[in-house]
Amino acid sequence: MKADVQERPEVAGAAHAGSDREIGDVVLSVENVSLAFGGVKAISDVSFDIRKGEIRAIIGPNGAGKTSMLNVINGFYHPNQGTITFKGRKRSVMRPYIAASQGISRTFQNLALFKGMSTLDNIMAGRALKMRRGLLWQALHWGPALSEEIKHREAVEKIIDFLEIQHIRKAPVGKLPYGLQKRVELGRALAMEPELLLLDEPMAGMNLEEKKDMSRYILTVNDQLGTTVALIEHDMGVVMDISDRVVVLEYGRKIADGTPDEVQRDQRVIDAYLGISH
Amino acid sequence: MLYREAGQFKTSYAADMAIFPIRQDRIALILLLLFAFVGIPLLANFQLWPLGSDYMLRAILIPFLILSLAAIGVNILVGYCGQISLGSGAFMAIGAYSAYKFGSGVHIPLEFLGTEISIPPLPLFASVMLGGLMSAIVGILFGIPSLRIKGLYLAVATLAAQFFFDWVFLRVKWFTNYAPSGSVAAPDLHFFGYLVHSPIERYLLCLAFVTVFALIAKNLVRGNIGRQWMAIRDMDIAAELMGIRPLYAKLTAFAVSSFIVGVAGALWAFVYLGAWEPLAFNIDRSLQLLFMVIIGGLGSILGSFLGAAFILILPIMLDQVPHALGIPVSVETVSHLVFIVTGALICYLLIVEPHGFARLWSIAKEKLRLWPFPY
Ligand SMILES: Nc1ncnc2c1ncn2[C@@H]1O[C@H](COP(=O)(O)OP(=O)(O)OP(=O)(O)O)[C@@H](O)[C@H]1O
Ligand SMILES: [Mg+2]
Repeated sequence: MKADVQERPEVAGAAHAGSDREIGDVVLSVENVSLAFGGVKAISDVSFDIRKGEIRAIIGPNGAGKTSMLNVINGFYHPNQGTITFKGRKRSVMRPYIAASQGISRTFQNLALFKGMSTLDNIMAGRALKMRRGLLWQALHWGPALSEEIKHREAVEKIIDFLEIQHIRKAPVGKLPYGLQKRVELGRALAMEPELLLLDEPMAGMNLEEKKDMSRYILTVNDQLGTTVALIEHDMGVVMDISDRVVVLEYGRKIADGTPDEVQRDQRVIDAYLGISH
Repeated sequence: MLYREAGQFKTSYAADMAIFPIRQDRIALILLLLFAFVGIPLLANFQLWPLGSDYMLRAILIPFLILSLAAIGVNILVGYCGQISLGSGAFMAIGAYSAYKFGSGVHIPLEFLGTEISIPPLPLFASVMLGGLMSAIVGILFGIPSLRIKGLYLAVATLAAQFFFDWVFLRVKWFTNYAPSGSVAAPDLHFFGYLVHSPIERYLLCLAFVTVFALIAKNLVRGNIGRQWMAIRDMDIAAELMGIRPLYAKLTAFAVSSFIVGVAGALWAFVYLGAWEPLAFNIDRSLQLLFMVIIGGLGSILGSFLGAAFILILPIMLDQVPHALGIPVSVETVSHLVFIVTGALICYLLIVEPHGFARLWSIAKEKLRLWPFPY
């Protein structure tokens, strides 16, 4: 692991340098959220917020409740207690459809691509909500339905170019290598033109080269589109490099929250990561 | 090399999105349609082989076309949207009996109100389309459970639909206009002023329906709704988190699928059978359609045609080939052989190549598409 520590700063440095990123107001805040599965308390009374335009990392040991937190934010899990406030609207539960139509999109820890579809169709599916032509027009594939299809195809092709996956455009995604599948999944999430992008371990299982590419994509999206990013990642080097603020969970509780430097020096975080029992 | 994509550069996304983006595919399709619409009528007119007698049209081409249409409908639901259905036969029956009722006039006595609903006999085309519409409505109703139940449980629910409608059309005499035998006869086939009567006319009528509906189906599956269906099939949770509503996607799949199956049912009854009883649409028909879709290719319009052709031609081949070789085979043996071959093939395909013949075809094309480059 020492070797990649040396490599990383240039990745981050290159992308963030010279950009005039602006961190705005709070766009999402989670207050006192608790979530239990039967006896298992996945999340206990956690509060934190995400500001517009920042890259917010969520870290913590296995089973800390990170994925559950993303699931609460986009409405797949309904918390037992607490509220989720997105763009000024406070809710006790989010609904997947509302989250998606309000501009939250995500990728998954264990890939959740549409395996039987091509790369192009997967990413086009990300635009389902934006396509409004009715069934009858679609049945004709003509007129407004055709121009709508072309318009969205153009947008999707930009994403394909950005992620450098032109060569697998027509390939069924099920047979692609893991790293490429992760990239297609990012593409599908980007196709929704999200305001808030939730990434659940986008670099898990990747080699150094692929991690660098992925970091670069995330930073570029954040920089150039101003997309707010919430990122779960186990690779501390990457987290410390690209995130603006970090929230640390352990056994469903929040144990630290702050800039990468602050969090890194926090004794409870050090203990949690070194596995010292309390 | 005659068939390849390399070297054909598309200058616009519209060209790349065309129904058959590769030139050779387009030419092949045009030739096929020309043959179907012009060549076959000419052959039949001059009584040339293989259309010297009506047998080819009546016993092979017409049922092939109608069952292909039904298979397209089943494929939309099962292959594209991933909702298994064992009730396709019932939806063919709904199409057939609804078209029959609309074609012979609908009278619903409402004695307690001292009145009745009365619709005069409608023209054939309207009856057939209304048959499809009724089937779509019932399809939506039976699709509602699919929001809660999946896989085997949904299969059982659709099986219940099959038995329920078998019973309804057998027992509720109103549907058969109180025919004592329970069997009903189709009206004369007046289509926009033409009387469709001879086998070749019937064939052309079916061909027109199949062409139009295959085009519509292809358009739907390559558009936004088709991607939603496939997204629900492949990973419903991810689809939902992307804002695709399972309710809308599944019920449109049930509606479109049942509509097409219903129209096919009406054609089957009116154009192929002429006179029929409820048995024509029993569970055997449902299974036959499902086998066609599995063998031809789940999630492929082309596969629906291949599967229908295979299932229809297999018994004929098993009957005639041993005959031609001078091996005596009884009718029973043939029907057993059909079961064995179909069953073995389905097992093989489900394990090795779930996308059926259509996939084998597209693998071959995939290799050619990039030719002469290896990747
Ligand atoms: N659907 C579920 N049903 C039951 N228990 C669940 C469910 N989802 C999560 N859990 C439990 O909640 C706890 C938190 O899980 P979660 O997946 O959120 O952890 P995580 O921080 O993402 O871990 P990892 O780093 O391994 O991905 C675990 O104990 C897990 O077993
Ligand atoms: Mg997780």
